[in-house]
Amino acid sequence: MGVARYWREIPARYNLIGKKCGVCGKVYFPPRIVCPKCRRKSIGKMEDYKLSGKGTVESFTVIRVPPPEFEGKSPYVMALIKMDEGCYLTGQIVDCSIDEVHIGMRVEACLRRIQEDGKRGAIYYGYKFRKAKE
Amino acid sequence: MREVAIIGIGMTKFGELWDKSFRELVAEAGIQAILDAGIEGEEIDALYLGGMSTGRFIGQEHVGPLAVEVAGLEDLHLPATRVEAACASGGVAMHQGFLAVASGMYDIVVVGGAEKMTDVVGGEATNILASAADREWESFFGVTFPGLYALMAKYHMHKYGTTQEQLAMVAVKNHYNGSMNPKAQFRRKISVEDVLKSPLVADPLHLLDCSPITDGAAAAILTPLDIAKKYTDKIVKIRASALACDTLSYHGRKRFDSLPAAVEAAKRAYKMAGIEPKDVDLAEVHDCFTIAEIIAIEDLGFVEKGKGGKATEEGLTALDGEIPVNTSGGLKAKGHPVGATGVAQINELVMQLRGEAGERQVKDATIGLAHNVGGSGGTAVIHILEAI
Ligand SMILES: [Zn+2]
Repeated sequence: MGVARYWREIPARYNLIGKKCGVCGKVYFPPRIVCPKCRRKSIGKMEDYKLSGKGTVESFTVIRVPPPEFEGKSPYVMALIKMDEGCYLTGQIVDCSIDEVHIGMRVEACLRRIQEDGKRGAIYYGYKFRKAKE
Repeated sequence: MREVAIIGIGMTKFGELWDKSFRELVAEAGIQAILDAGIEGEEIDALYLGGMSTGRFIGQEHVGPLAVEVAGLEDLHLPATRVEAACASGGVAMHQGFLAVASGMYDIVVVGGAEKMTDVVGGEATNILASAADREWESFFGVTFPGLYALMAKYHMHKYGTTQEQLAMVAVKNHYNGSMNPKAQFRRKISVEDVLKSPLVADPLHLLDCSPITDGAAAAILTPLDIAKKYTDKIVKIRASALACDTLSYHGRKRFDSLPAAVEAAKRAYKMAGIEPKDVDLAEVHDCFTIAEIIAIEDLGFVEKGKGGKATEEGLTALDGEIPVNTSGGLKAKGHPVGATGVAQINELVMQLRGEAGERQVKDATIGLAHNVGGSGGTAVIHILEAI
């Protein structure tokens, strides 16, 4: 896959830049092109909005059989996370034992290596989540 | 809109069919259906073929003309359309066929579904299936397809107290039903203990909570109801065909304990058929994972939200239960050649409604429902059939 496909997503994947609807104020992540509530009225009014990176685990699973790009990295925890801004995303939980992860756990985003394009290809970074310090 | 009937069905055996190519599978199911309906090739007006990822499974896109060629119908220059909606490709092909006949555009339509999944090796099939999820915002970060359903399972268990044993009971039931289906991939009965002892794939889902990788094809012949009588006495009418979509990603949904697209498709289908959930005699639902069947019977209104696990445990959906679910063995035991699944569900319902299901026949089956889902719920398509 060409690298352009990855670098165009860098603002969202490195810095959690989502979108805020200029009409109703709702925050979206991953970024959306139109607001599903305001639709036509939101065209051209979706503004960049940086998430706080804080959220809560709503559900999680331990991936034991990973996809080829994650070969050798299992088991690892993937979670459905509700961000404090109200939007949901899917991310990996790191820096703690699998047994510590639970529904309701407070987490914060950190920048990590996600996968690489073979042994000599580009390395792709993005967000993962760890136990919140608060 | 014209009323639409099914006058013929066909299906290959499902399984790891090393000696059969995609072409042979398509031909076998199609020919069976054409012979079953008793139609001539020249009578066919159009063809719709469901296939999820022929491009990646066998390196072959453009399978519409391939189907025309294997059927020997190129001199008719038959209009053929390939339909893609991930694991719901077959169901959506049915919907397209239904629309084509109902609209008055075509009189005899062949609907097919096929997938040849075992020509790729290693983890490649799993990787191809992951493309039904959101590549940029789900798969990129490492979640697998079983992983997404595992998130649903964990959520459901936490919210409603659904247990691992109840999940396992779905697999046990479907393997039991599959043991009576000569075309099923797995014909071995299993126990709750077998499921719980099988390796974890994505907690809480074990290997035996997951549907397998399968080769297979299925077909059905659709006509307007008023000319169906010309071909057969055992007419099965399509009372409803409803399609609904949602966000591609699971995390984008309004609910996590339900597939809102399936709830909406069911609502539309019940309205179109003028029936209620309690009128359904049997159902084929999309049990790609055990949790998916529990959520499906709730979304279809057979039980209240959250009660699906308990209902399964109490035998509501067993072959001798109030609403037998997945009498064919479901995706779990019959097998899940993704593009074929939606049409295979129709095959089972038609057999049951005609009273031709043999050992697994449901007594006095009149109304059957098929629930076919694409991805983690981005697409849902529901058909309601009736024996008349
Ligand atoms: Zn808005």
